[in-house]
Amino acid sequence: MKDKITTILKEIRPEFDFTENVNFIDEGMLDSFDVVTLVTTLDKEYHISIDGLDIIPDNFSSIDSIRALLKKNGVHNES
Amino acid sequence: MNLKFHNKEIEGILTIIPAREVKFEEEMEHYNFSPAKSLKLKMAMGYNKHCIVEDGVCVSDLLIHGLNHLFDKNLLTRDEIDAMVLVTQSPDYFMPATSSVVQGKLGLKQDMICMDINQGCAGYIIGLIQAFLLLEQDEVNKVLVLNADVLSRKVSKRDRNSNPLIGDGASVTVVKKSKEQNVIYGFFKMDGAGAESIMIPAGGFRTPSAASTAMMEEDKAGNFRSPDNLVMKGDDVFNFVQREVPPMIEHLLEKASCKKEDVDYYMFHQPNRFMLQKLADKLGISYEKMPNNIVANFGNSSGVSIPTNIGFNIGSKLLTEQLNICFAGFGVGLTWASLLMKIGKLKFNEIINF
Repeated sequence: MKDKITTILKEIRPEFDFTENVNFIDEGMLDSFDVVTLVTTLDKEYHISIDGLDIIPDNFSSIDSIRALLKKNGVHNES
Repeated sequence: MNLKFHNKEIEGILTIIPAREVKFEEEMEHYNFSPAKSLKLKMAMGYNKHCIVEDGVCVSDLLIHGLNHLFDKNLLTRDEIDAMVLVTQSPDYFMPATSSVVQGKLGLKQDMICMDINQGCAGYIIGLIQAFLLLEQDEVNKVLVLNADVLSRKVSKRDRNSNPLIGDGASVTVVKKSKEQNVIYGFFKMDGAGAESIMIPAGGFRTPSAASTAMMEEDKAGNFRSPDNLVMKGDDVFNFVQREVPPMIEHLLEKASCKKEDVDYYMFHQPNRFMLQKLADKLGISYEKMPNNIVANFGNSSGVSIPTNIGFNIGSKLLTEQLNICFAGFGVGLTWASLLMKIGKLKFNEIINF
């Protein structure tokens, strides 16, 4: 799952290294429109619909937070 | 606040859209972002084209064009108009009220009420509520809800947050007393603590327009706008809508003892496709029942997105059928409002160009 998320992020913002242990939002690697693109892609890839109330910066600030959000939506690690 | 109205109906809806269409790709060069990134956004948000007025066109121009169309087609007569409720955030003047300008230019009778209401995304609902209240009067039998905005004139072309989605438009909705017994359910709330979430900071009496308020500044996201321009805090608005609108609809339906599946269509204000899809998913409503194609085809014309939605998606259907419709508007104020009512068979329901 981690690799797939990293690939998706790289497609959205190719200029950044998302394997770095930094806060993607605070570092300006993802802005609000990137988050919209990311949510749309994750919804499509995993056949889910991330709740609108969960579309907040904290849930997209790292690979771990995105994984936790996917887990909340019933996506398992091996996906 | 819960509302309930009895024995009122919509007779017809006319929407007036500027003939000038601008494609998203034509304006990408104005944005401070790569074309690839802008195109990804286009896909996610459902941007395509938006209809905007030519320089100098005002809401009264659109409305007079629409009303003359109705007069010419004998769908409405001047004498039967007892009140006009004009909902806009882009009036012709600070004073007088634009509804008075429309009344004067069309030579309407003096024995009528003209009023303007400053409301935006929920404005269509607020206008209908006001019309229902006016119709409680013995001598008021027919009210026009005029909803119109030309906010493209207040949006910076270099603001990717707002420019791609803003559309202009107007609508004329004829509301009257119904001979049939019916009940219309309504609900609205307002939160002025969020007043700055969507605003035009300069141009009023608090901060009059001046050379300094026309100076463009870059925001954190790379958009350029001045205090004379519309500014929208997209994240705040998105979170507000996702937080408040689903429970509002659940509450409205519960008050009306109506099941979700018994509503034929959910005709919501349309800020962008992404927001509408998230609302539909949360409420468990199909995209067919809650159309989200208005921003892609016309742009977001504030409250006018609702009558545009009706005309574009179920225009002909409402001429021959009566449908159970749930309306919802949400945005500037902050305001969120909804109505549940039966509509049809309408005398007219069309979209014309200006």
